[in-house]
Amino acid sequence: MIEKTDVIIIGAGPVGLFAIFELGLLNISCHVIDNLDKPGGQCAELYPEKPIYDIPSRVSITGQELTDDLLAQAKPFSPVYHFNQQVEKIVKLETNEWLVETSLNKKLKAKCIVIAAGAGSFVPRKIPIENLDYLEDKNIMYAVRNKSILENKEILIVGGGDSALDWTNELSKIANVTLMHRRKEFRAAPDSVSKMLELEKDKKINFLLGQIDSIEDLKNGKIKVTVKNNDEKNNFEVDYLLPFFGLKMELGPIANWDLNLDENLIKVDAEKFETSVPSIFAIGDINTYPGKLKLILSGFHEAALMAQQCFKYCFPDKKNVFRYTTSSKDLHKKLNI
Amino acid sequence: MKIKVTDRDGNKHELEGDSNSTLMEILRDAGLDIEAACGGCCACATCHVYISDKWLEKINVRDDDEESMLDQAFDVKNTSRLSCQISLSEELDGIELELAPQ
Repeated sequence: MIEKTDVIIIGAGPVGLFAIFELGLLNISCHVIDNLDKPGGQCAELYPEKPIYDIPSRVSITGQELTDDLLAQAKPFSPVYHFNQQVEKIVKLETNEWLVETSLNKKLKAKCIVIAAGAGSFVPRKIPIENLDYLEDKNIMYAVRNKSILENKEILIVGGGDSALDWTNELSKIANVTLMHRRKEFRAAPDSVSKMLELEKDKKINFLLGQIDSIEDLKNGKIKVTVKNNDEKNNFEVDYLLPFFGLKMELGPIANWDLNLDENLIKVDAEKFETSVPSIFAIGDINTYPGKLKLILSGFHEAALMAQQCFKYCFPDKKNVFRYTTSSKDLHKKLNI
Repeated sequence: MKIKVTDRDGNKHELEGDSNSTLMEILRDAGLDIEAACGGCCACATCHVYISDKWLEKINVRDDDEESMLDQAFDVKNTSRLSCQISLSEELDGIELELAPQ
């Protein structure tokens, strides 16, 4: 089934969320797609508890508070959110609409696409050793998709956060697990840490102090991981290496959409914030134009101007009469006031 | 105030610092290849550098936040620091450092 909407917003960070509001004021409906499992983008994923001091009129606001308030502000416009997936493919239809396909095979149709993807999608940070790509999903897994293939295998898990500890605890039931971390302190949830320490005490898992030094393909289905702790080096032959070093951001499939780019940023004009492809817009940290500042407040401004141009694509026959939220009865109705 | 940086290819750069900036801000402003994804609020580990031994003692020590973010970095050494957590001062004139892998 193909769902239909006016605008598809890629990225549910602060700028994407505010775009729902600005578009909503102009009667434009939105679906929002984000690779994370929740709205807020970097604000919610990287610094939910850290205060931001340069949001106009907010002396201090945390990333999570900003996200919550933006969600509340967008709510009257009933946006539809699609989390845990990224846009894989876009196709221009004969009707001049865009057909958008996500990594979960969701299909959406819209008149405009607004890319508000920040620094890109969050993806697992990979080990910075060259020529390891071919071992991915074979011996090195940055995410566990199918637990059953790990049964009774020798597994080395690396990291000290929630993913590393949760998988150590979980996989200890079915495999021979060694957890390696650079220190014996963990930033994971205290419950997971105490469970892991108990498993170690009962010799259900091994814990190892150290870091990855090098990796060698033994060409027999196993890999040799050389591990160093200060000046001491040791080798481990394992079936699988599961490194959990947090997330990083990548432009991803957007890079293949034939938009004019400047390094990893999308070039736009500073009037409509439209890309080199008509009816595709880019707002927030992902765009660039002369004088660009990567500030949330700049993204808000860009969202408002982008919406004006989107209106022309969505309602080519209608006139857009400029109105203020303070006085317009029509806008009050939309905002349920 | 001079900052001496060796990048990942071994090239040396001499940058002008100021005491209103963090080390990360000067590195980023100079266009060196550090991601500094979170913008400097100690919420990622993408501004990881190695400070030369003799300068280490002149810098404030890592706090818990920085220590736990370094868990997401590769090849963490005794000299590892997140450059966003180092405030520059005249005392650090001439500081030498190296960009860590990312």
